[in-house]
Amino acid sequence: MLTAGSALLAACAPAAAPASKPAETKPAAAAPTAAPAKPAESKPAESKPAAAAPAAATSGGSIKVGILHSLSGTMAISETSVRDATLLAIEEINAAGGVMKMKIETVVEDGASDWPTFAEKSKKLISNDKVAVVFGCWTSASRKAVLPVFEQLKGLLFYPVQYEGLEMSPNIFYTGATTNQQIVPAVDYLIEKGMKKQFLLGSDYVFPRTANDIIKAQLKAKGGELAGEEYTPLGHTDYATVITKLKAANPQVVFSTLNGDSNVAFFKQLKDAGITSDKMQTLSVSVAEEEVRGIGAENMLNHLTAWNYFQTTDTPANKKFVEAYKKKFGADRVTDDPIEAGYFGVYLWSKAVEKAGSIEVDKVREAAKNLEFDAPGGKVKVDEKNQHVWKTVRIGKVRADGQFDEVWNSGGPVKPDPYLDGYDWAKDLKKGR
Amino acid sequence: MEQRRSLTGAAVRESAVVAAICLLMIVVLPLVLSEFRLALLAKFLTFAIVALAIDLAWGYTGMLSLGHGVFFGLGAYALAMHMKLEAAKDGLPDFMGWSGLRELPGFWAPFDNGLFALAMVVVLPALLAAGLGILIFRGRVQGVYFSIITQALALIATLVFVGQQPYTGGTNGMTNFSTLFGLPLIETSTQIGLYAVTVIVLGLTYLALRFLTGSRAGAILVAIRDSESRLRFFGYDPALVKVAVFTLSAAIAGIAGALFVPQVGIITPANMGIVPSIEMVIWVAVGGRGTLYGPILGAIVVNGAKSGLSESFPDFWQYFLGAMFVGSVVLFPDGIVGAVARGVKKLKGARSASLTAGATAHDLPSAGRPLEAKS
Amino acid sequence: MEGLPGSTPRRTGGNVLDVYLLQAFNGLSVGSILLLVALGLAFSFGLMGVINMAHGEFIMIGAYAPYVLQQAVGGANNDPYGLTFLAAIPLAFLVTAMMGIGMEWALIRFMYGRPLDTLLATWGVGLMLQQLARSVFGAPNVQVVSPSWLNGGLEVTQGLSLPYKRLFIMLLVVACVAAIWAYLTRSSAGRRMRAVMQNRDIASTLGVPTRQVDASTFGLGAGLAGVAGCALTLLGPIGPALGTYYIVDAFMVVVLGGVGQLLGTIAAAVLIGLANTSFELWSSATVGKAIVLVGIIFFLRWKPAGLVALRSR
Repeated sequence: MLTAGSALLAACAPAAAPASKPAETKPAAAAPTAAPAKPAESKPAESKPAAAAPAAATSGGSIKVGILHSLSGTMAISETSVRDATLLAIEEINAAGGVMKMKIETVVEDGASDWPTFAEKSKKLISNDKVAVVFGCWTSASRKAVLPVFEQLKGLLFYPVQYEGLEMSPNIFYTGATTNQQIVPAVDYLIEKGMKKQFLLGSDYVFPRTANDIIKAQLKAKGGELAGEEYTPLGHTDYATVITKLKAANPQVVFSTLNGDSNVAFFKQLKDAGITSDKMQTLSVSVAEEEVRGIGAENMLNHLTAWNYFQTTDTPANKKFVEAYKKKFGADRVTDDPIEAGYFGVYLWSKAVEKAGSIEVDKVREAAKNLEFDAPGGKVKVDEKNQHVWKTVRIGKVRADGQFDEVWNSGGPVKPDPYLDGYDWAKDLKKGR
Repeated sequence: MEQRRSLTGAAVRESAVVAAICLLMIVVLPLVLSEFRLALLAKFLTFAIVALAIDLAWGYTGMLSLGHGVFFGLGAYALAMHMKLEAAKDGLPDFMGWSGLRELPGFWAPFDNGLFALAMVVVLPALLAAGLGILIFRGRVQGVYFSIITQALALIATLVFVGQQPYTGGTNGMTNFSTLFGLPLIETSTQIGLYAVTVIVLGLTYLALRFLTGSRAGAILVAIRDSESRLRFFGYDPALVKVAVFTLSAAIAGIAGALFVPQVGIITPANMGIVPSIEMVIWVAVGGRGTLYGPILGAIVVNGAKSGLSESFPDFWQYFLGAMFVGSVVLFPDGIVGAVARGVKKLKGARSASLTAGATAHDLPSAGRPLEAKS
Repeated sequence: MEGLPGSTPRRTGGNVLDVYLLQAFNGLSVGSILLLVALGLAFSFGLMGVINMAHGEFIMIGAYAPYVLQQAVGGANNDPYGLTFLAAIPLAFLVTAMMGIGMEWALIRFMYGRPLDTLLATWGVGLMLQQLARSVFGAPNVQVVSPSWLNGGLEVTQGLSLPYKRLFIMLLVVACVAAIWAYLTRSSAGRRMRAVMQNRDIASTLGVPTRQVDASTFGLGAGLAGVAGCALTLLGPIGPALGTYYIVDAFMVVVLGGVGQLLGTIAAAVLIGLANTSFELWSSATVGKAIVLVGIIFFLRWKPAGLVALRSR
C-alpha cells in the first residue's frame, strides 16, 4: 500500500507543477504530457496502482462512467441541464451499440454547489465506483477542488464549461472554451466595431478576475480604454448602485463576466434604468440561452454574448441534437454552449476509447490526440498538447424569442491557447505564473 | 450532579472507556473500511470535534453560536496556508499567480514555519472569539441577539475571504496541497496517521470537556445558561466566564478545521458561511445538546446520512435530509441521546433513571431554554 | 478606483447632484425591499420568537405565484395589462399564509419557548420546499414578464430617472405597513393579537383564544413573505434558491430594529438600505456589505435591544 501511494505521488508531482510554479520559459506545456510516463520508468517496481482502477470499471459487458454536477444548491440552475445533455449522449451511444460493444452505465452524484462536496464525490466515483471517466463540474472552483483528486487517483474528467485558462491537467479534457476562444476574440470584435471604452463588470471570483486581467492587458495593447472595473458577490441581487456607477463612467460597452442569478437582476434593473442596448451595449460571456430564459428576452434584447455554440447554429449535427434534446426533455427546453459541450464530450471520450481499444486513462489520452468530431457547434478537434478543444468562436445578439442571431464567427475552429502563449501583449500577465 | 462527588473514580473509568473506544477505532476501522469510507469517517470525526465545541458553548453555557464555521475555517486556513507554501516550494502559491500577485504578502511569510502555523490554528480563532466576546458580552448582549451577531460574523468572514482573492484564494479557497510537514498527503500511511490523530484529539477533547463540565466550573456554566442574573447576584462575572468559554470553544473548532483540511484537501469560504455554521448546530441538536457524546453521535449520523442519501438519491436527497431535521425535532426534541435516555427511563422506571442517564436526565428539562431572549 | 462620484462629472458632463439624488433614491429602494422581506419576520420572529428559516422559501413560493398565473393564461402575450401580476399578489399572500398556518399547526405549536428547535425544524422545511420547487418547476430560473405599465421610469430631470418598478415596490411596502397598522389597531383580531403577544397569560384568562391567534400571527408573517416574493420578481431572479439571498438580511433588519418593534423594523430597513448603497458607491458591493454588517454588530453592542427598545418593565 505504501509503495503504491508513493508511486502515485511521484506521478502527480510534476503534473501539479504548472499551476503552482512560475513558468519561466514554457515548462507548462511540456510537463503534462511527460508526467504520466516518467515516474513509472524511474520506479518500475511499483506500476500496479494506476492500471488496477479502471480495469474494474468494465464488468459484465458494461462500462461505468460518472456524472458529477450540482443538482441542488445555487448552481443547480445551470448544471442540471448539462447533466441532462450528458445523459442524452450516453443514451444515444448505448442505442447505437455502446462503446467497444459494451453498454455505458452511469453513476450520478450531486456536487450540491459545494466545492468540498465535489472533491468528496469525485473521490467516491474514482476509488469506490471505479468509473472510467467523469463528466462534470461547472464553476472553476469546483474544477479546482476536484483537480488534485483526479491527478492523484489518476482519474479522467471531461469539463464542459468555458473557463479562465491557465490550467493544463493531464487528467482533464477541457471541452469548453479557454480565454482565446471566447474572451480575447470578443474584445477584439468590440474594438473593431469602435467600442473601445469598456467597463468590466463581474462576479467576485476567479474567472471574472482573471478574465478581466487579460482584457485590461488587451485593451492597453490595442488602444482600448478602461472605463471602470466592478465586482459583486455571487448571488448579488441589487444592481442599482452599480448602474449608477455605469452611468457615471459612461462606457460604450459593458463587458460582463457576471455569473448565475446575478445576471437576471442586472439585466432587469439595467433595462428599468432606461439603459437599452442602443444606449449602452453589453457583451456577456456567461449568459446563454438557458440564462436568457430566466432573464426574459425582452430585458436583454440586442445585447451581445460570445460563445462557441448557439441553439441557432446551422449544422446538420445541431439540427439532430436540438431535436433529440427537446424530444427527450420537453419542447420548451433550450440548448446552449455548456449543454452542447457536455454532450459532445461524451462522444469524444467514446471515440477515444474505441480508438484506444481500452478505457485506461493513459491510452485514452493518447488516442484522443487530434481526434476530430462533428459536434453540433461545428467541427471540434482535441489539441494534441493541451487537451483543450479546437472550437469556432461565435458572437450572437439576443432576439425577441430568446434565441441568438450570430453576428460574427471566427470562420473555423480556433486553436486553444490556455496560457495565451501566442499573444505578445499577454507576456506581462504570465510573470509570476 | 452526582458525578462531581465521586469525580476521581468516575473519571478514571470514563477515561479508560474512551481510550478503549479510540484504540478500537484506530486499530480496527482502517482494516474494515475502504480507504474512501475511512477518509469520509475521518471528516465526520473532525465535524464531531466542532460539535463538541458548540455543545460546550450552547448545550452547557447557553450561547448559541451561528458562526462556528468561521472559527473552524480560520483553523483550517492557518494550516492550509502552511501547506500551500510547502506545495509551492520556493515559488508563490498557485492562486496568487493567477490573481496577479508577484510577491508573497508579508503576513504569509511566517506561515512557512510549521510551528507558527500550528500555533495560529488555535490563536486566530481564539483571538477573534475573545475580541468579539468581550465586545458583545460586556455589552450584555444575550440570547437571540448573540446568535444573530455570530451569524453576521459568518457572513462577514465569507465576504472578506471571497473578496480578498490574491491573499485567500477567493471562492476557490485553497486546494491542491502536496505534503504536510514533509509527509505526502496521498500516502495511505499519512491518511491513516491523520485519522488516528483525529480520533485521539476527539477523545481528548471529549474527556477534557467532560471534566470541565463535571467540575465546579461546569456548574457555573450551567448556571449562566439557566439564570444569568442570579449568578451575577452571587458575585460572579458571567461576562468574563462567557468570553472564556466562547474563546475555548472557538479554539477547539479551529483545531477541528486544521484536522479537516489535510484530510479533505480543500478549504473554501463556503465552509465558513452561514449554511455550514447552522448545520454544525443541527448536528448538536440532533445528537442531544448538553451531553457531549450526543453531539459526537449527531455529527456522525447527520453527515453519514447526508453522504449516504445523496449517493443513493442524487435528485431528491434533500427531501430526506429536511424530513430528518423536522422529524428529529418533533419526535426526539432532546436529540438521539435524549430519546434513548427516555427509552431507558421508561424501562427502568422513573425512580432509578436519574442514576443511569446521569447528566442527560438532569439537563433535559432546561434543554430548550438557552436561546430565549432574556430581556 | 473608477466610478467614484468625485471623478464623475468631468467625464460625463453629468450632474453630481443627480448621482447623489439617484443614490438616495436607490438607498430608499433597497430599504423598501429589505423591509418587505423583513415584515413577515417581524411577526414570526419579532412577536412570536420563532426563528423561521423557511421564511426565505415562503418568499420563493410567492415569487412563483405570478409565474404560475402567467402560465395559466397561456403566457404574457395573453395578458397585455399585467393583470396576472396584480392578481398574483393576493394569491401569493393567501397561498403562503395557508402554508404558514399549516406549518404552525403541524410543527411550530409544539415548540413555543424553544426558538432553537424552530430554527432546526424550519431549516428542514426550507430544504424540502427548495427541493419541491426544483421538482415542480425545474432547477433553472423561470421568467415572469413584468406588467408593461411598470416598464421605464419617472423622469425627474434629464439623467435622473426613477424606475417605476422600484417606485411600485415602495408603494406596496407603504400599503402593507398601513394595512398592518390598521389591522393591529383597528380590528378586534389585531387587538387580540397584540394582547396575546404582550401578555399571553392575561389574554388567555380574559378569554382570548391564544391558539388561534398564534396560528393567524404566523400565517400573517408567512403571507407577507409571499407578497415580498411577488414584488421581487420585478427586479430579480425566480428560482428554487431565491430565498437564500434574502433571509439573513431580513433577520438583520428585525434584530437591528429591535425585536417586536414594527417601527424599529421600518427604521432599520431604511437605515441599512441607505448605508448599503452609500458604502457600495464609495467602495464595492462586497466591501460595502461587510462594512454595514460590522456596523450592525457595533451598534448592537452599544444598544443591545436595537434601534427601538422595548420599554423596560
